[in-house]
Amino acid sequence: MASLKDKISAFSVKGILLPVFGILVFILLWQVGASRVHTSLGEFPGPVVVYEQWNSLVAEHQNERVKADKFYVRQEERIAERQAKDPSYAGIIRDYTGKPTFFDQIFTSLYTVLAGFGLASLIAIPVGILIGLNRSVYSALNPVIQVFKPVSPLAWLPLVTMVVSASYVSDDPMFSKSFLTSMFTVTLCCMWPTLINTAVGVAAVEKDLLNVSKVLRLGWVTHVMKIVIPSAIPLMFTGLRLSLGIAWMVLIAAEMLAQNPGLGKFVWDEFQNGSSNSLGRIMVAVLMIGFIGYLLDRVMLAFQRFASWDKTQVLR
Amino acid sequence: MGSALLSGVAHAEVGYAEKEELKFGFIKLTDMAPLAIAYEKGYFEDEGLYVTLEAQANWKVLLDRVIDGQLDGAHMLAGQPLGATIGYGTKAHIVTAFSMDLNGNGITVSNDVWDEMKKNIPNGSDGNPVHPISASALKPVIDGYKAQGKPFKMGMVFPVSTHNYELRYWLAAGGIHPGYYAPARGDTSGQINADALLSVTPPPQMPATMEAGTISGYCVGEPWNQQAVFKGIGVPVITDYEIWKNNPEKVFGVSSDWAEEYPNTHIRVVKAMIRAAKWLDENNNANRPEAVKILSRSQYVGADYDVIANSMTGTFEYEKGDKRDIPDFNVFFRHHATYPYYSDAIWYLTQMRRWGQISEPKSDEWFMKIAKDVYRPDIYAQAAQSLLEDGVMSADEFPDFDKEDGFKPPQSDFIDGVMYDGKHPNDYLKRFKIGLKGDDQV
Repeated sequence: MASLKDKISAFSVKGILLPVFGILVFILLWQVGASRVHTSLGEFPGPVVVYEQWNSLVAEHQNERVKADKFYVRQEERIAERQAKDPSYAGIIRDYTGKPTFFDQIFTSLYTVLAGFGLASLIAIPVGILIGLNRSVYSALNPVIQVFKPVSPLAWLPLVTMVVSASYVSDDPMFSKSFLTSMFTVTLCCMWPTLINTAVGVAAVEKDLLNVSKVLRLGWVTHVMKIVIPSAIPLMFTGLRLSLGIAWMVLIAAEMLAQNPGLGKFVWDEFQNGSSNSLGRIMVAVLMIGFIGYLLDRVMLAFQRFASWDKTQVLR
Repeated sequence: MGSALLSGVAHAEVGYAEKEELKFGFIKLTDMAPLAIAYEKGYFEDEGLYVTLEAQANWKVLLDRVIDGQLDGAHMLAGQPLGATIGYGTKAHIVTAFSMDLNGNGITVSNDVWDEMKKNIPNGSDGNPVHPISASALKPVIDGYKAQGKPFKMGMVFPVSTHNYELRYWLAAGGIHPGYYAPARGDTSGQINADALLSVTPPPQMPATMEAGTISGYCVGEPWNQQAVFKGIGVPVITDYEIWKNNPEKVFGVSSDWAEEYPNTHIRVVKAMIRAAKWLDENNNANRPEAVKILSRSQYVGADYDVIANSMTGTFEYEKGDKRDIPDFNVFFRHHATYPYYSDAIWYLTQMRRWGQISEPKSDEWFMKIAKDVYRPDIYAQAAQSLLEDGVMSADEFPDFDKEDGFKPPQSDFIDGVMYDGKHPNDYLKRFKIGLKGDDQV
């Protein structure tokens, strides 16, 4: 009994009390620090202001939903009116044209980052396996990888924007250009860790396993599926987690620079507004960006736990 | 020609919009108000248009997006369609059938510069400096900078912006050379022979850039002059109303391909915006407080209500506490503000020539031809006609289209008193002491 009690108290100290303590100290330092920074838009926002701004963003979101509902009602009336005059008119219900709220922007950013990251993984994993298995291909591709790896999203963005504008021309586009430019920029910047880690993981398969494969005379495909990939998985996931982290950071920067919809645009718009609420709202966005980045990493970690054969490995 | 065109269409009802979903760009400035009002008051929807308004990062991005079709149209600097059409900067044929407002800009200097300038400005009986303030009060300050070997830098928002020309006009009228452009030699900095170095800064970043000390003053639209007063970082010395009374400001620009492809849509857009402009000026600006409330929302201008309200409700605060009435600081409809006058277009072209952006001499006919390529009063007239038929406007609110030739009578409401007659642009250029004229080249 006593040991169980100890365990519970030890757990609550480590698992709950310490994190809560950490957060409280942080908030305290933040409040004290913030009140000492005076900008031309007023005081740097402290936790209280941020909380207020969060509430106002929620309220704005709800108002916008009400407006959207009214918008659709008006639109239906208008279509009915026109159909009465002109029966051949097939009314199309247009999407709501009001402003995207903070929460709409979060959704847009998530959607874009996952698309960009997905595309990056689709390219990086096969290429990583290929160059990990074959030294010649590795030697051929390595210089290119090394040169492109450190390129900043800010450098890619103008090129991607111009290429997308020039090559993606359609009267009824399935994706908006802004989505594609954000997505491709994310892809270009975030594929490298997955690619390199996959290659290293594949190249580092244990000799014993390779010998087993040789003894059993496994075909190339079976060899890759049964021996190479499973042993490369831990490193591959390390790469994927790094990639997703980069993807999220790059996306926000790209959205800010290109004014593409998403959290980055939200931050930039608020900065341009220069209202007394702006800094508080930017701070809400900063916390939200951090929190979502953290959640994304946790999700990848869960996948890694699920996919990894070595359940004893310490993952954090 | 205008009236012949008009009578042909006078009684044709405007057809349904070819394109119902539209995206318009704007810059966070109070003079985007007609767009916000047309949206919020449902004027676009009345025309069967579903419009999305999207703030843009800066004037260049906005123009590029109109050119490549990401935006159907945009709130533009009057110089932008003209500059693009003649190929200064990105070359593309942009047209406008709607002029968005008159006036609305100011020139602000930093507190340090103001303290120096003040010594050269007499005080009135109320103890406040006598307005309008000439740039000659700034000249000794710039000379002081020169003596110390320091450059005197100021900001404006775009090379072909009203602000660039207004700032240059004011400086030159006070004997300060703002510098020439020489695009033929690849010099697009506009700083050749300059006493004051002007450079581009996006409007919302003006106050921050001045606060950081990168520039000592700027010319920008509202609310960014009043913002400097509220923040206590600078003092607006003059408004553009005092540089040129009722000067044309922004226009609504679309690409000419777009205008050709969607003629009905274009007319309907102009209709909605004329109604919005009328709403803004109605009953002696009675709707302005409501307009300010709308503009202060984060998706439009987003600055605080008080900051926007200062200029939008007919006052302007110079030095903190020195608040003066300027009822026409922002005009959206009065004085036929929305009509795209050829003479307005030609004024911008004369300034492009004056400062070397147009490096070769051009004939008066050339000025007229470009104005007619870009300004489309014919489309405006169709929209107006349709509004008259809808019964929401009355004929006396518009110019008399049958007689209108697109030229305002010669004006001399400039700070230097020089008379402008749009019909004789080359003669006009000859009247300036500073600036290219005749066969001059940089």
